[in-house]
Amino acid sequence: MLSSPLPADAAPPCSGRLVTVRGLSFRRGERVIFRDVDLDIPRGKVTAIMGPSGTGKTTLLRLLGGQLRPDAGLIEVDGLRVPELGRRELYQLRQRMGMLFQSGALFTDLSVFDNVAFPLREHTRLSEKLIRTLVLMKLEAVGLRGARALMPAELSGGMARRVALARAIALDPMMVLYDEPFAGQDPISMGVLTQLIRTLNDALCLTSVIVSHDVKETAAIADYLYLLSDGQIVEHGTPGELGRSASPWVDQFMHARPDGPMSFHYPAPPYETELLLREPA
Amino acid sequence: MTGPLERLGRWVLDRLTALGRANLFLLRLVGALAFLVRRPGLLVRQLYAVGVLSLPIILVSGLFVGMVLGLQGYANLVDFGATSSLGTVVALSLIRELGPVLTALLYAGRAGSALTAEIGLMKATEQLASMQMMAVDPFARVLAPRFLAGFIAVPLLTAIFTAVGILGGYWVAVVQLGVDGGAFWAQMQARVLLWEDIGNGVAVKSVVFALLANWIALFEGYEAHPTSEGVSLATTQTVVATSLAVLGGDFLLTALMFGAW
Repeated sequence: MLSSPLPADAAPPCSGRLVTVRGLSFRRGERVIFRDVDLDIPRGKVTAIMGPSGTGKTTLLRLLGGQLRPDAGLIEVDGLRVPELGRRELYQLRQRMGMLFQSGALFTDLSVFDNVAFPLREHTRLSEKLIRTLVLMKLEAVGLRGARALMPAELSGGMARRVALARAIALDPMMVLYDEPFAGQDPISMGVLTQLIRTLNDALCLTSVIVSHDVKETAAIADYLYLLSDGQIVEHGTPGELGRSASPWVDQFMHARPDGPMSFHYPAPPYETELLLREPA
Repeated sequence: MTGPLERLGRWVLDRLTALGRANLFLLRLVGALAFLVRRPGLLVRQLYAVGVLSLPIILVSGLFVGMVLGLQGYANLVDFGATSSLGTVVALSLIRELGPVLTALLYAGRAGSALTAEIGLMKATEQLASMQMMAVDPFARVLAPRFLAGFIAVPLLTAIFTAVGILGGYWVAVVQLGVDGGAFWAQMQARVLLWEDIGNGVAVKSVVFALLANWIALFEGYEAHPTSEGVSLATTQTVVATSLAVLGGDFLLTALMFGAW
């Protein structure tokens, strides 16, 4: 038998499947969020989960990160069944995952430098000198080395998101989860973030999962797309495949058409009936 | 349409469920205290925030309360020629009741509400969730240091409040109103008992109130709805619930310690 040319603790190659979801069901109270969802996330790729607001995209990230438990179904990350992990095992897994929150979620009492250093100080016994070097490297990667002394309140929304990204990759995770990374960004910040996500993914052999409803930006960097609606995956494929899809739902979403199977209005009784009502409901 | 009985039942069930959650919260909090052995710096920082920064209000309030006690005591005792007992009256009032109770109420207003707002806002801005996703337990890293710091600070603040109050009473009674200073201290020394009065009042009561005030403040913050309205409501709730718990608890403790039954 030939021995492997790689040492036993070598990083896994950028291929194969990192996340497997099968038969996922989840509800909040009476409201069904997911119904029998299946999806796969390959290693080393940028996978986007898209859909209109309120379809449970962020909930899906929280399920992948073990912050929520599904009602039924399998969620496997790097061979580990997330809902079945104890707290210690779950925290060990999370050390290999980074998450960029929609709000950035920076610690407001810590400077930019200390925010990025936070996971390093919590999980490693590195010297402050080495931590400084690592933090400066991460901040350089997101273009904010010069802003290390600033407090989060002094940052613009785009800068805060980039600092949060530097913090998310501080421990060199195998996977980064992005929750609406482009929401509320100006065009320049959006362009920078889009480029950063792709570049970091390729340079660090990351696996990126982006949850977003910004079609153009997400499709520009994603290798594979899943479209969510009404608790189910309605379509999946490469951006090119989905752009050519014959499905009216996909066509409406991908091309931002006002008319289509998906209604703009939240379910309500007929307009005329409501207007003619004498007393407010 | 729900009837009043059903609404009452739901209200009772909600309260009982919240009480159960609060107890589980406390258990988890106590379990997380061991983390501070490895990170004592976190505790020191919080001791400064909840203890040292509460000192001005405690010192000023203690002084004024003591001065009022001196004035009121003098006005009543002078008719009976018993002003030499003023030291005992001031000291026992502060040690047994006013010191622990007022310190806990002031602490709830200054530090407890700040703890609730801080934790509630950390939750609303997803800082606690991001900490969890970085594999850092917020109970150990954020809540336990605040809880232990408050638990240590309240008894110390109570002792300071009481001591300053006695000095305030002394200043009014002896310096301003001419009560004999020797009698003031001698009566106090003779009548105030170390374990029965100081032990029960300053020590036991303040420890119980410290537990209540910090438990309520942190629980309300952790359970706050992650909205501006939710955080505001939780902050108010902290002050109201702590005040009621301290005053109710004080009656029970006083009945047990000094009561006739």
